[in-house]
Amino acid sequence: MSVAAFAELLERLVFTPGRNAKLALLRDWFATQPDPERGIGLAALTEELVFSVAKPAMIRDLAAGRTDPVLLALSHDYVGDLAETVALIWPERQGVNAPPPLLSEVVEALEVTPKAELPTLIAGWLDTLDSSGRLALIKLITGGLRVGVSGRLARVALAEWSGQPVEALEELWHGIPPPYGPIFDWLEGRAPMPDPRDAPVFRPLMLAHPLEDKDLAALDPAAWRAEWKWDGIRVQLTAGPGGRRIWSRGGEDVSAAFPEILAAMDFHAVLDGELLVIRDGAVAPFADLQQRLNRKTAGPKLQKDHPAGVRLYDLLFDGGEDLRPLPFDARRARLEAWVERHAPPRMDLSAQIAFASVAQLGEVRDGARAASIEGLMLKRADSAYVAGRQKGLWWKWKRDPLSIDAVLMYAQRGHGKRSSFYSDYTFGLWRPDGEGGEELVPIGKAYSGYTDEELGWLDRWIRNHTTGRFGPVREVEKALVLEVIFDAAQLSGRHKSGVALRFPRIARIRTDKPASEADRLENLMAYVESREAVD
Amino acid sequence: MPHPETWLRPTPSGLFCEPGGFYIDPGRPVERAVVTHGHADHARPGHAAVLATPETLAIMRARMGQGAGATQQPLRYGEALRLGEVTLRLVPAGHVLGSAQVVLEWRGSRAVVSGDYKRQADATCAPFEPVTCDVFVTEATFALPVFRHPPPAQEIAKLLHSLTLFPERTHVVGCYALGKCQRLITLLRAAGWDRPLHLHGAQQTLCRLYEELGVPLGELLPATVANKAALKGAIVLAPPSAIADRWARRLAEPVTAVASGWMRVRQRARTRGVELPLVISDHADWDELNRTIDETGAPEVWVTHGRDDALIHALALRGIRGRALHLIGLGEDEDDALPAEPGASPILAEPGAAPLPAPEATA
Repeated sequence: MSVAAFAELLERLVFTPGRNAKLALLRDWFATQPDPERGIGLAALTEELVFSVAKPAMIRDLAAGRTDPVLLALSHDYVGDLAETVALIWPERQGVNAPPPLLSEVVEALEVTPKAELPTLIAGWLDTLDSSGRLALIKLITGGLRVGVSGRLARVALAEWSGQPVEALEELWHGIPPPYGPIFDWLEGRAPMPDPRDAPVFRPLMLAHPLEDKDLAALDPAAWRAEWKWDGIRVQLTAGPGGRRIWSRGGEDVSAAFPEILAAMDFHAVLDGELLVIRDGAVAPFADLQQRLNRKTAGPKLQKDHPAGVRLYDLLFDGGEDLRPLPFDARRARLEAWVERHAPPRMDLSAQIAFASVAQLGEVRDGARAASIEGLMLKRADSAYVAGRQKGLWWKWKRDPLSIDAVLMYAQRGHGKRSSFYSDYTFGLWRPDGEGGEELVPIGKAYSGYTDEELGWLDRWIRNHTTGRFGPVREVEKALVLEVIFDAAQLSGRHKSGVALRFPRIARIRTDKPASEADRLENLMAYVESREAVD
Repeated sequence: MPHPETWLRPTPSGLFCEPGGFYIDPGRPVERAVVTHGHADHARPGHAAVLATPETLAIMRARMGQGAGATQQPLRYGEALRLGEVTLRLVPAGHVLGSAQVVLEWRGSRAVVSGDYKRQADATCAPFEPVTCDVFVTEATFALPVFRHPPPAQEIAKLLHSLTLFPERTHVVGCYALGKCQRLITLLRAAGWDRPLHLHGAQQTLCRLYEELGVPLGELLPATVANKAALKGAIVLAPPSAIADRWARRLAEPVTAVASGWMRVRQRARTRGVELPLVISDHADWDELNRTIDETGAPEVWVTHGRDDALIHALALRGIRGRALHLIGLGEDEDDALPAEPGASPILAEPGAAPLPAPEATA
């Protein structure tokens, strides 16, 4: 199938908010497309295959050659996005009989065509496509599909479609390059499971469950180990003769964003740890780390101002030896010895916290107020390293959230099942308006924490107290107080209020409290742990 | 031969024909109105006398009852009538059932006021007929070359394909109650969909009227009384506003579609939260506007509402004089003509800044 089929998939994915619906669309793609088209399409969606052969200027010039400049400018002004403008305005030629290109033809031609001939080649393709096809092609060759399909989501869809476990797919995925022929052969029963050999693949992570009170009561201190739960991002470091990679929690390759870590991985092992910004041994708040996330590269200044480090907490492979079947205590001993022996720069050991009783552990947890600590991790001493979220092996025990009483200011409708509900709430706190009065300043947005019943109540309240509309957003009477809980408050130059909340959610609707008695911005500022503004 | 600008002029109430003593699609109540079609921005209540096609008058009565005009004068397509010194004729505009262009002649000079129109086939109304004239008065709702409406059958195929992908979900299609709704029904029937179609309450009156006026629509059921289970895998036609409304909660995991010419631009569709945009319009697209103007042979074109800048520029390139009338009130109240404003972000210090940090679980 051609670029046209891919364009339809792309269009549906762009407009589909729900995860399940996205999975259904991907399963349909795998089931109906031939090789190698389905693999190429998949790699393009997950951005494992990225072209940037054409610059936006080339696309603009192509369109300018076919249209009137004033009309092109008016259209660009209206549509906003250049790629979309060109896709829509491209005049269709009568009598073009050539079929639209296959994805594989596009990929092959882009590799062999000299640069000077690219505009003619691309214009020829555009002539064979309709507007969706043109948009797909332009986005593909300018390297910006951005449809919200993660590699993880794609692998879940493959697993659901084929019936094979997602962990197995995860583990060989990065060893087989696009268009993944051997993987599809295996999934369709034509060949055995491929062997990635020495390739630096991602090993599915062991995940933790939130600790509840009843679990806490049953906890035997002798059988459990505790560590801090750091507020960074989970990474897996893998290095060996096949290469080096830094994998995110979902198995995305984030190596390029952390060159200093990659450079320090001069070993043959697979490690589990927390990526953090660490300055002079002190872990910076999450907002600092955020400056390093979702980037393709990191320049020297960024590396200097926001130095990355990894706090190690598990050793999965030592050389070629798979340690995952060993109990936690044994792996921990191997990890400590390994760190001692290799002492890799920018990495240190996540310390274990000794405790004799659950009560004592509770005190430790409550005593932790640093922004970089979310709470505690509890790991069973005799547990192997198993993929996924198996209950009773690892617990996360977050510290109690902070709370503030804020005033509802704006509401927005949700997506999917919530598309008819005002379910996203922007709330604010009081501050002096500089003229002797008080004004509300928005401090955050939350879209969880409430019950279905509360959601229904809030939705009715919002519809009955709307004072203004901005597209999907409603402004409401500043009359409803919401108790908002959050994990931390951090300074931020990106927000009007100067402060950003970490994981805010709605705890309670305070109909008992008048809006004038809601909290003031200074109450929130008292929670801010780091006084140094980021960004 | 008098130039039409000497006897046809824009006023705050609408386009006024002096020697005929009537307004065309006036935005305020007037003594004598000629109405091109039944959409609310063209057919307003409260006129003393209304002249229109029999179908448009029936639609006005169904929508506004007593407000549809104290006296109503039906005029069939093609029949000439003398009003004052002016000869008037109504010619099909192909927009919705009963929609007409108003052909005016005075002392050998001819102007055509086309109202809203399209050139795509539409089983629910008579097709547009071009009439040569000295001045052609046109809309310009989709007058940018980015607006090219695809064949509607292709868009209907997308909807039907989605039903095979998500057979358990209710597909709710937002569409304007007059014209678009009935056209969608006939398009679905033509594509072989012979199961019942479900209607939101707001769509029922006009569907019934269309059938009375001789447009068969097949089996239609109210979506309000049906239970959630019965609507699994069903197509429900509703006003676009209802999709965001509490009403939509009766539906089983709805896929929200909207049928409108605006759906051509992705960002417009996304800000409205549309999951399945269907580019089906009852207005002329860029090519149709230009082709139609050329077919009328008019040396001068007046643009009532919409994107007049682009159209007038394109006309000037081929030596046709363009004039923007900026008529007040047209293009409102009609979903096809009214895209939602892009969503404001009240929380960020500056536009374009990244959204709030998303929660990131780490273990």
